[in-house]
Amino acid sequence: MLLRRTLLGAISAAALIASLGAASAQDKLYIPMISKGFQHQFWQAVKAGADKAAAEFNVDVTFEGPDTEAQVDKQIDMLAAALAKKPAAIGFAALDSQAAIPLLRQAQEAGIAVIAFDSGVDSDIPAATASTDNLAAAALAADKMAELIGGAGKVALVVHDQTSRTGIDRRDGFVNRVKEAYPNIEIVDIQYGAGDQLQSTEIAKAILTAHPDLKGMFGANEGSAIGVVNAKKESGRADLVVIGYDSGAAQKAAIMDGTMAGAITQNPVGIGYETVKAAVMASKGEAVPTNIDTGFYYYDKSNIDAPEIAAVLYD
Amino acid sequence: MTDATQSAAIAKPKAAGAQQKFLAFASLIVLLIFFSLASPNFLQTSNILAILQATSVNGVLAIAATLVIITGGIDLSVGTLMTFTAVIAGVVLTYMGLPLPLGILAAIGAGAGCGFISGSLVARMKIPPFIATLGMMLILKGLSLVISGTKPIYFNDTPSFPLISTGSLIGSVFPAMPVPNGVLILFVLALFIGWILSKTVLGRYCYALGSNEEAVRLSGVNTDAWKIAIYALAGGICGIAGLLIASRLNSAQPALGLGYELDAIAAVVIGGTSLAGGRGSVLGTIIGALIMGVLLNGLRIMSVAQEWQTVVTGLIIIAAVYADMLRRRKAAS
Repeated sequence: MLLRRTLLGAISAAALIASLGAASAQDKLYIPMISKGFQHQFWQAVKAGADKAAAEFNVDVTFEGPDTEAQVDKQIDMLAAALAKKPAAIGFAALDSQAAIPLLRQAQEAGIAVIAFDSGVDSDIPAATASTDNLAAAALAADKMAELIGGAGKVALVVHDQTSRTGIDRRDGFVNRVKEAYPNIEIVDIQYGAGDQLQSTEIAKAILTAHPDLKGMFGANEGSAIGVVNAKKESGRADLVVIGYDSGAAQKAAIMDGTMAGAITQNPVGIGYETVKAAVMASKGEAVPTNIDTGFYYYDKSNIDAPEIAAVLYD
Repeated sequence: MTDATQSAAIAKPKAAGAQQKFLAFASLIVLLIFFSLASPNFLQTSNILAILQATSVNGVLAIAATLVIITGGIDLSVGTLMTFTAVIAGVVLTYMGLPLPLGILAAIGAGAGCGFISGSLVARMKIPPFIATLGMMLILKGLSLVISGTKPIYFNDTPSFPLISTGSLIGSVFPAMPVPNGVLILFVLALFIGWILSKTVLGRYCYALGSNEEAVRLSGVNTDAWKIAIYALAGGICGIAGLLIASRLNSAQPALGLGYELDAIAAVVIGGTSLAGGRGSVLGTIIGALIMGVLLNGLRIMSVAQEWQTVVTGLIIIAAVYADMLRRRKAAS
């Protein structure tokens, strides 16, 4: 008796919460977005852009992503559930393009337009891709680094991972630019910290210990960049030039107090907005551009408050 | 006395398990009815198959975890062991270009081998299972990255490999029921392990070890050897999970797997297996895994915000274990 009540209680609690979430009407266009993540501020900024477009075009948007960027199978399950809801179009940022192809093909057969965002999908199924050119953005970071350390000396990279598209592109964009344009700059180490602030801090400290004459460090995403900043503070290396990626309150503060020279920012709000906009257009049968470059900027103390920069930074 | 302890240990799970299983089954049905009413998109063949497909990997891992948990142990390495065996399959099939059956054997064999090591650490070296398998979890996570060269290994050279999970034997006989092979494998495995647990000596010792290991040892049984055998069996099952996930993704993803052990343990616990050992069943575990799969899919279909999905899953786990405790307290009084 008691047991049954307990279980039923739990289930009705679930029902209650569920009904809170599913209040919106059915007749609007429905566009689920399956992202690569969900809890990081970056993805929340993408979601904010998507919500903005949803309000503007009067459509329903939901936003989901797995807990970590390693969980390829969980993302596939999310995509399957999203397709079961028979949406008008779908926004998708693939963790692994190949693994998603069968479901995307299913979407294509069902006439559901697929808009890729962030890192894109290696396939011709998506009607459009809204993303940052990470190679070019990281090359810009390399140019700024060279400028700040006087074109010569040792630098190191802390990158979030070596398997994802963004990790690979940002690393290669930086490294290749240094190789082709700055022969006197030596890249002494590249380490991976899973975008975890603590792990990246330890990694950056170890690199600083190993290379006392290191001149600069590039953190390839928000967590990596914060890690480098922490390591710089803890090791008391005030002369180290740090260049980060993305934004967030801690990174903005580090730029304001001079610990970090500057950072590359993508336009996450723009990624979310453009994805939903393209999805709406595609579901109405309108033509959409295949590649939507959502842009990137280098920002530092001097332009952090400029309107075009401030608009794309998040806390 | 030892005889009595042993037979009591064996008799108990059957008698007591039935009610919990019924309860778990009833709540599964309630969930299904609830979501069917809540969304017209829920109860479609394609979505039900998607739920089963999504449950297959966690279900297989949970079966492995069930075996170890019944002995009173815990296996935290099931998730990364799955990844490790997937990578081994990738190495054998893609890097070495060997035929498919060898890849399957290698994955299951590597799993059993790692299980054997975990079991030896626990049984012979007396390292607590939590610590031994925590160590294995990290070792295997690292080795998966090392062996794969930190990048996914694709199975494009073995076109039949994805069929292990996504093909449909049942569908080729009954076209109306395209049940993916991954699901078929889960249920066949569940029947097989259920049979081992209830009908074989290995199964009986599994329960006996979890109930009163000392008594079993004193009655002259080589408990270490049996325990190692159980860990090895669980490891081999993780190898099957590795094949399922790799064939579903058509790739061995070396960074994946951390956290999957908790999903597996949650399914085991929802299914009424006691973390204290000596009690539990594969059927319960399968129902537990299905409850988690249905819940997650249903909440998604209803477009519940993701942060709430996690909250609800946590509530369900606590509710299930609390219900189980109440029942046991009542049985004891």
